[in-house]
Amino acid sequence: MRTTAVVIGAGHAGLAMSRCLAERSIDHVVLERGEVANSWRTERWDSLRLLTPNWQSRLPGRPPGEEEPDGFRTMPETVDLIARYAEAISAPVQIHTAVTSVRRTGQGYAVSTDRGVWRSRSVVLATGACNVPRVPALAAALPRSVVTVTPDRYRNPEQLPEGGVLVVGASASGTQIADEIQRSGRAVTLSVGEHVRVPRAYRGRDIQWWMDGAGVLDERYDQVDNLERARGLPSAQLTGSDDRRTLDLNALTAAGVRLVGRLVGLSGGKAQFSGSLPNVCALADLKMDRLLDRIDEYAAESGLEDSTHPRHRFEPTALPTAPPLDLDLRSGEIRTIVWATGYRPDYSWLDVPVLDRKGRVRHDGGVVEAPGMYVMGIPFMRRRKSSLIDGAGDDARDLCAHLASYLDASSEAARSAASTRSRSPVSLPRLQGSAR
Amino acid sequence: MKTTTKAVDNGVNVQALLDAREALSEAPEATKFTWRATCTWVNGTHSQSTIDGFFGLGQEQRHRTEFTLEADHPEVFASEDHGATPVEIVLCGLASCLTAGVASVAQLREIQLHSVTAKLEAGMDIQGILGMDGDVRNGFDGIRVTYDIDADATPDEIRAVVAQSQKRSAVFDILTNPTNVTVQVN
Repeated sequence: MRTTAVVIGAGHAGLAMSRCLAERSIDHVVLERGEVANSWRTERWDSLRLLTPNWQSRLPGRPPGEEEPDGFRTMPETVDLIARYAEAISAPVQIHTAVTSVRRTGQGYAVSTDRGVWRSRSVVLATGACNVPRVPALAAALPRSVVTVTPDRYRNPEQLPEGGVLVVGASASGTQIADEIQRSGRAVTLSVGEHVRVPRAYRGRDIQWWMDGAGVLDERYDQVDNLERARGLPSAQLTGSDDRRTLDLNALTAAGVRLVGRLVGLSGGKAQFSGSLPNVCALADLKMDRLLDRIDEYAAESGLEDSTHPRHRFEPTALPTAPPLDLDLRSGEIRTIVWATGYRPDYSWLDVPVLDRKGRVRHDGGVVEAPGMYVMGIPFMRRRKSSLIDGAGDDARDLCAHLASYLDASSEAARSAASTRSRSPVSLPRLQGSAR
Repeated sequence: MKTTTKAVDNGVNVQALLDAREALSEAPEATKFTWRATCTWVNGTHSQSTIDGFFGLGQEQRHRTEFTLEADHPEVFASEDHGATPVEIVLCGLASCLTAGVASVAQLREIQLHSVTAKLEAGMDIQGILGMDGDVRNGFDGIRVTYDIDADATPDEIRAVVAQSQKRSAVFDILTNPTNVTVQVN
């Protein structure tokens, strides 16, 4: 089977790319191991809702929906959004087709699947950043009496044994899961490392509305001071709910959750926690205040002072006086550990040497160093919003333009090589910076 | 926004550190350092440590000169007080590490420092070291560090420098996180 471009993954990122390829009449196929929006269907807990409001799902070519713009989609609604989008743009998705390898060939790539081999001149990796839950190595030495679960397998508190729960990680997943487990009557201890604290709403508007307006989400990868750090940030402590509540550490403390430092060791059946909790909270509070400063500046510059509530600051994170530095996991107090310690991508099927020593794709704003190969939908790939549904459109447009230039240039090179037998170097136009 | 009339200079060559980080990303083996100290018993609780060589950047390195450090215990412990107690030296290590970080981070962020003073306090219940109560730990029950910093920056910018310094501090890490310690006898 031959095509010009193979897109691997039919989530929002792969579909946005499909739409842009179709606009340029570039022949392509979207390969999907399961159904459209597979991870959203199979790897999310029951109560999860999108962290971004409904208006913030501006996928290219998506017809306007009928949803409440300021609401937050449940998982079935999110699956529905993406599935309807695939239909609306008539994406050429081949479902139940698992890619088993991608190799370089003379003219491009051979993409092997469990349903045959595709040959194409370019490949777009849109399998996402959250394929395999990260679990610390010390998990292997846990007492057997402790049950462990990762967020992709976690569904609801009722699936857990009665008794105490240690949730490790205070990102969006960790804080939401800690909150609902605590409310189920199980005593939760939350292990907190570096985290990103933001309020759900500020000055009467959703934080995403502010970040969108102030251009925070449009910040480009080549404009930030420390890209490595920006790409490694955990997800912000946000939850989508009808009452638009803020779910920060203060809210969790009020709900009865016990905070401890980052889990750093396991010794003699005891979990050991870092004494750095005050500093990680100080870092998060200062970072939140810098964001709010920026929002206030934007509000002043943009004449939003009158239409929004007055500026204010939130209470600093309240610290427990002496958080425990260890916890005996054999005492029976902790029956379950939830590893909300992030995810890593799985490129085990990618037989092209483009991974760095940590198994991440080396890329420049989504342009992978192997010619004709692109990646989509990973954190801060081209912009701060790259991992959001709302960020896929701008990234797909940019990368599709690059892909089209690559196809033109390589066709031109092939033609001139055939006619003159000389080798013209393939040169590509630099991507135009589309600063907001 | 502050207007800078003259270049910020905290005496830290940040460019050299940034260049080193860049160069080391190409040569990960050169990032492995080994630090050493030699301690000799003098008499009673008095000992003298010398610090001279270390390993790093792929080879043996030396300080410009050998340093010595006296340690002892005060007279209330029936000792002769020839030097700081080891736990006080630990506090100095933390303070110096954090303060070096404050200077470096401030330099990187173009914040001119005028004065930096850290005061440290650590509580300890000596029932632990005296073996009176097995439930009391030997070490500190906590360390409190208080900085007084005069710099050309807002209070939040100064707090952010101090927070970042903790985040990048080796001694802060050593004190807040467990470390395997192996003691052998030849």
